[in-house]
Amino acid sequence: MHHSIHVDDLSFKYPDGYPALKGVSITIAPGEKVALLGRNGAGKSTLILHLNGIFPVQQGCARVCGIDLKGCNKQELAQVRAAVGLVFQQPDDQLFSPTVFDDVAFGPIYQGLPEQVVRERVTQALADVHMGEFSSRISHHLSVGQKKRIAIATVLSMQPEVLVLDEPTAGLDPRGRRELINLLRELPQTMLVSTHDLRMAQELFPRSIIMDNGCVVADGATQALLADDVLLQAHGLEHP
Amino acid sequence: MHIHFLDPYEPGNSPIHALDARVKFVLTVTFILTTSLAPAGAWPVYILLFAISISVIVLSNLGVGTVLKRAAVAIPFALAALPVLFTVKGESLFMAQLGFVTLTASVEGTERFFSILLKSYISLQMAITLASSTPFPQLLMAMRAVKIPRLLVAIFGLMWRYLFVLADEATRLLRARAARSGAVPQAGLKTGGSIVWRGKVAGGMAGNLFLRALDRSDRIYAAMAARGYDGEVRGFALPRVPVMHQVVLIAGLIVLAALFGLSRLLGA
Amino acid sequence: MLASPAQLHIPDGFLSTPVAILFWILSAIVIAIALRRVNADLGERHVPMMGVLAACIFAGQMLNFAVAGGTSGHLLGAALAAILLGPWAAVLVMTSVLGVQALIFQDGGLLALGANIFNMGIIGAFVGHFAYTTLRRLSGNRAWGIFAGGFIGAWLAVVISALACALQLALSGTSPANIAVPAMGGVHVLIGIGEGLITVGALAFIYVARRDLLGIGEGKPAGKAVWVAGLVIALALAIMSPLASAHPDGLEWVAEQAGFLHQAASAPYSIIPDYVMPGVSNEALATIIAGIVGVVIVAAVVGALALSRRNAQGKTQ
Repeated sequence: MHHSIHVDDLSFKYPDGYPALKGVSITIAPGEKVALLGRNGAGKSTLILHLNGIFPVQQGCARVCGIDLKGCNKQELAQVRAAVGLVFQQPDDQLFSPTVFDDVAFGPIYQGLPEQVVRERVTQALADVHMGEFSSRISHHLSVGQKKRIAIATVLSMQPEVLVLDEPTAGLDPRGRRELINLLRELPQTMLVSTHDLRMAQELFPRSIIMDNGCVVADGATQALLADDVLLQAHGLEHP
Repeated sequence: MHIHFLDPYEPGNSPIHALDARVKFVLTVTFILTTSLAPAGAWPVYILLFAISISVIVLSNLGVGTVLKRAAVAIPFALAALPVLFTVKGESLFMAQLGFVTLTASVEGTERFFSILLKSYISLQMAITLASSTPFPQLLMAMRAVKIPRLLVAIFGLMWRYLFVLADEATRLLRARAARSGAVPQAGLKTGGSIVWRGKVAGGMAGNLFLRALDRSDRIYAAMAARGYDGEVRGFALPRVPVMHQVVLIAGLIVLAALFGLSRLLGA
Repeated sequence: MLASPAQLHIPDGFLSTPVAILFWILSAIVIAIALRRVNADLGERHVPMMGVLAACIFAGQMLNFAVAGGTSGHLLGAALAAILLGPWAAVLVMTSVLGVQALIFQDGGLLALGANIFNMGIIGAFVGHFAYTTLRRLSGNRAWGIFAGGFIGAWLAVVISALACALQLALSGTSPANIAVPAMGGVHVLIGIGEGLITVGALAFIYVARRDLLGIGEGKPAGKAVWVAGLVIALALAIMSPLASAHPDGLEWVAEQAGFLHQAASAPYSIIPDYVMPGVSNEALATIIAGIVGVVIVAAVVGALALSRRNAQGKTQ
């Protein structure tokens, strides 16, 4: 059976010996929308960075879109990277080209697509995030909310199967946050979103996974988890 | 989620760790100078210098194997010195056939080549021991003590503070690029784009890093100014070097001077 | 055939002491001037700015891109720093980068640091600045002049630095000029292209995001003297190195006359007089004695350390 994401007993230690993941197992089916919750340092970002092979699998197993990340060759790794759109927390890290167009075009150009296709992809991706008219703008000069949406467009242009977002609403003002939530609701992809924004989780994601101290401590319906005050408090979260 | 930009300092409580950073700094530089001044082929001097460096590493408890291995980093540079094997005139030692060319290595050339290699290796051991046994702030103090301009030392200090922050930023940029460097299983597509495009992308990342660093330096300046910074770098007066450490300094300098004298005698 | 090292950080041991000290003095003079100039231009804010930008260049050197066959191009940064900050500030930034690299990461030697600062910091900044400002002005501040100037400035800075490095090695008797100059120069003609591309990429980013930083507005001109210095350095090395490699013996002769090679020129095996050390009649014996003394020193240290540890353990128990 093909799961979009299947992680089994995954452990990871940083070079300094800090164990960031200790036997994490999660499975996400195609089309699911899942929130990844937990306090700072719980291991959310480390897990996310495994999902398109930025961190190598040290122990355990991670299959993404049918490809085993352990022992996969360079080509398969590249396929995973095309299939999983990873949006980083800091849009400034993701927007490293002079103009919005250049940044959104990065993925398709890297894939070697012909110019016409690249242009179509960019136009479509920008339209998807409602930033169609920003193509020739300079990323550096945009607001945080705009940068976040452009960052999402930079992965949409690769037509990924799965979207993985790290703290998409962090640092946004109420309107920017609202616009982003509306945008996420519209996007059809399988989605795993790491966040501290429990209200957003409640609103958008039927299922939540709570991590703490490198382990998955809860996995289930968002409504049920967020209603469990004891659970939330034990893991540094607060009822919205 | 930080990449630990490898700070070579390893905490410890060995006598070398405990030695005043100023003494260590001066002795290390003098040691490297003495090594540099030893003439080619002065093997007795090299052996004694090597014995001293090994002793210091043993005393520092950093692990002899680790330091010796790390000190091998300069070996690739030895390629630059390889030609002296053949170009220095002298007694023939061995011949090497290279295509149609026969190269004759001379005794003198070989001697010079291995002397360069040894000097480099021994010097590196001491430099590594200094960096591994001394926290950077103490090195800054040592630099002040040897009269390196205060402003320069202050720049060094700020650089060190933000090196890790910016290395993290650079790492995140590289990750963001890697995350989008994908391929689709479709025949006939050459991934990666052109070299010029790749160069431009890497350049864009450098430009991005630069602008953010510039913004950051503005904020740092504001934060410093808010606490009364007026451009004058102030600090406590340096404490005196303890007497025992002064003795170590003088003893060390005498030993190194003796070795220098020996190398003069051998080379005369 | 001879793959010259791709990097220019000279480790200790590869320069003769006089060459190393000469370039330390030269670099120290330029750094002192730079400190004064930067302080006058930027005033009190220059400490945080120089520090953070030095960290930025250091971190920027991590940014690489695949070139071909598993090799990668990456930024060295002197020309970029000179274009964006001016040559004097670039000298300080590169001094900090190279200083920390040598002191902490052993990238380049401590005694060789003067020469490394001279090659990669001072030459890189001045030559880069010279080529960039020339082309920018020729183009009348148009975009093509900025980008062409950035590319050529970065390329030239790398190539001229490499030539300087090769000549220093030749002057030290470490590598003959007729091999070091073409090998170092040749490799860096290619490496320079990577540096050029990445510099243009960075300028393109800054050109659209913060055009004011490219000195088009009221950027403070560094003055004619610096421009001339850049020109002279570039010309001198471009002319000197082919000459030196055509007459390697000539350079060696100069070095010998100046006493740079005095150590290398001596051949201890033949010249060691019998009376050097009382009771030691030849070099081989001296070496053996040194070996024994060395072993005794190390053994004594290891022994003393073991003893003190045992004592310490005895006390705690």
